[in-house]
Amino acid sequence: MDKEKVLEVRDLKVSFKTYNGEVQAVRGVNFDVNKGETLAIVGESGCGKSVTSQSIMRLIPEPPGWIKSGEVLFEGKDLTQVSEKEMEDIRGKEMAMIFQDPMTSLNPTLTVGKQIMEGLIKHQHAEKHEAKERALEMLRLVGIPSPETRINQYPHQFSGGMRQRAMIAIALACRPKLLIADEPTTALDVTIQAQILDLMNELKEKLQTSTILITHDLGVVADVADRVVVMYAGKVIESGTVEEIFYRPRHPYTWGLMGSMPRLDLTREKRLNPILGTPPDLLSPPQGCPFAARCKHAMKICQQQMPESTSVEESSTHQVNCWLEHPMAPAVEPPAEVAGGGSK
Amino acid sequence: MGRFVIKRLIYMVITLWVIATGTFFLMHSLPGSPLENEDRIPPELREQILEQYGLNDPLPVQYVKFLGDLVQGDLGNSFKYDGRSITAMIMEGFPASAQLGLQAMIFGVLVGVALGTVSALRRGSWVDNGSTVLSVLGYAVPSFTLAALFSYYVGVVWGVLPTAGWGTFAHSILPSLSLSFLVIAQITRYVRTEMLEVLGQDYMKTARAKGLNRKTVIFRHGLRNALIPAITILGPLTVALLTGSLVVEQIFNIPGMGWMFVDSIMTNDYTMIMGVTMFYSFLLVLSIFIVDILYGVVDPRIRLTSPKE
Repeated sequence: MDKEKVLEVRDLKVSFKTYNGEVQAVRGVNFDVNKGETLAIVGESGCGKSVTSQSIMRLIPEPPGWIKSGEVLFEGKDLTQVSEKEMEDIRGKEMAMIFQDPMTSLNPTLTVGKQIMEGLIKHQHAEKHEAKERALEMLRLVGIPSPETRINQYPHQFSGGMRQRAMIAIALACRPKLLIADEPTTALDVTIQAQILDLMNELKEKLQTSTILITHDLGVVADVADRVVVMYAGKVIESGTVEEIFYRPRHPYTWGLMGSMPRLDLTREKRLNPILGTPPDLLSPPQGCPFAARCKHAMKICQQQMPESTSVEESSTHQVNCWLEHPMAPAVEPPAEVAGGGSK
Repeated sequence: MGRFVIKRLIYMVITLWVIATGTFFLMHSLPGSPLENEDRIPPELREQILEQYGLNDPLPVQYVKFLGDLVQGDLGNSFKYDGRSITAMIMEGFPASAQLGLQAMIFGVLVGVALGTVSALRRGSWVDNGSTVLSVLGYAVPSFTLAALFSYYVGVVWGVLPTAGWGTFAHSILPSLSLSFLVIAQITRYVRTEMLEVLGQDYMKTARAKGLNRKTVIFRHGLRNALIPAITILGPLTVALLTGSLVVEQIFNIPGMGWMFVDSIMTNDYTMIMGVTMFYSFLLVLSIFIVDILYGVVDPRIRLTSPKE
């Protein structure tokens, strides 16, 4: 598995200054994105997945936020070190972003066409008519009917699903190498979700764009991702291919996530198994494993020290940070509802 | 758009009619008459004058006659000033008043938008704090106080600009400035609040994610959205400028039309009261109409009110 890496995130730490002190939103995150693949980052609200993605594009509000340490290597260039000016040339051209809520992510006072053309004019120095041609092409590509009319309309004349398509058109207009989709389907209703996911899959095939998909919806992950990174309390606790994470999850938190998916093939009582408790306060994160407080299998060492990342069964892709992987740890079987794998 | 404009125009006419009717009957309920102070007029002549101006007719008849003239654009002749045409008198004073108002409005809006934007971008900085103080003063201190202060310090003590009179642009600076403070104060506050709100919007992040620089994001994506609510207050501000100018014109001895208002009430000059009131009302309603149209130009969502587009 020696693929060309588009993005390498190394020990990224991001904090926010608040009145109560420093909130360590991201506490040393590592992952890679290979060319043409879709990497899903999953985790519950507040685990740092959005902050991670916005830090990659240097879009976190500074202040109060700042990148404390670590590297974001995009095609070998450390984005944490480049100037804002250079960053502006990378944003939109080399990497682009789709946001969660299409209702608020488009400017209500500019036509959709103008909003697509802006990036083209800035990055490709396109003439207005060229940019317009490209914008029409993009609208057609993302499946918006009668683009000639739509290009002159305002966002409020678009439905939610159509707006998200327009957002995708904006993001992909300059053919970026990396697309970051921050919960692109969360705000849409289920039927539209499926359409948008299909579209993203289709475009990925067509344009060979690497994608980081941020989500808390494991169903979405199973649909579109090649590899998965599971985050918890600002750290990556498990990563691997979709098969590895769905069929052979190793971290108790990942088990918990899988168990939290409603299943129709089980009895009513067993259908939904929430993870009890809440994530730790990132103002003063715990010394040991952040999940220890909620973990059924927690041992003494879990409270004291964060486990190192270990490879699972000699796999080059499957990594987990858990003391249960230690040779001296007792053997723990994953819960019955997880053992059979997810809904895939 | 067409339907929208026509609807607005009909509203304008109705508003003006209500104002005309209300003022007409209120004015006639005031004690006294235009000839009250003229003791030297012999009774026969007095009777003749009353007859001539139709003041002996029953009130409803006078009202209908007044409305009829008004519709034809005839505001009548003044009782006090030797039967001069009210329209001519207004047209004589209006240019000066209009120039004052416009200058104050344009200057105030420009400064207000700039201050409001900078305050929002540099929240908590000295510019922000300074503009807050300025706004509070602008709200609290009436324009005639500022007028007196400017007139004294800039005009008398420093001797930079003329203290009173009318004619050159220099004459108009101080009065416009004293009128513009209220505009600056209100626009600054509105733009600042709205800009802060807009800066936190998702579409600003979208714009940044496209690789646009900060300046483009703020001016192209932010300012237009931040200005929408500020446009709303342009209507009420016009009123404030109109009424403010009554006194400021007196202080700077400007031959505008502010004095006509005060003077006409004092002397029960019926036609002048009605004329000036109707003229001011028309300006006000017109300014509100223009604001409505502007609103539609700036905010595409409003244009949807006409179902065709």
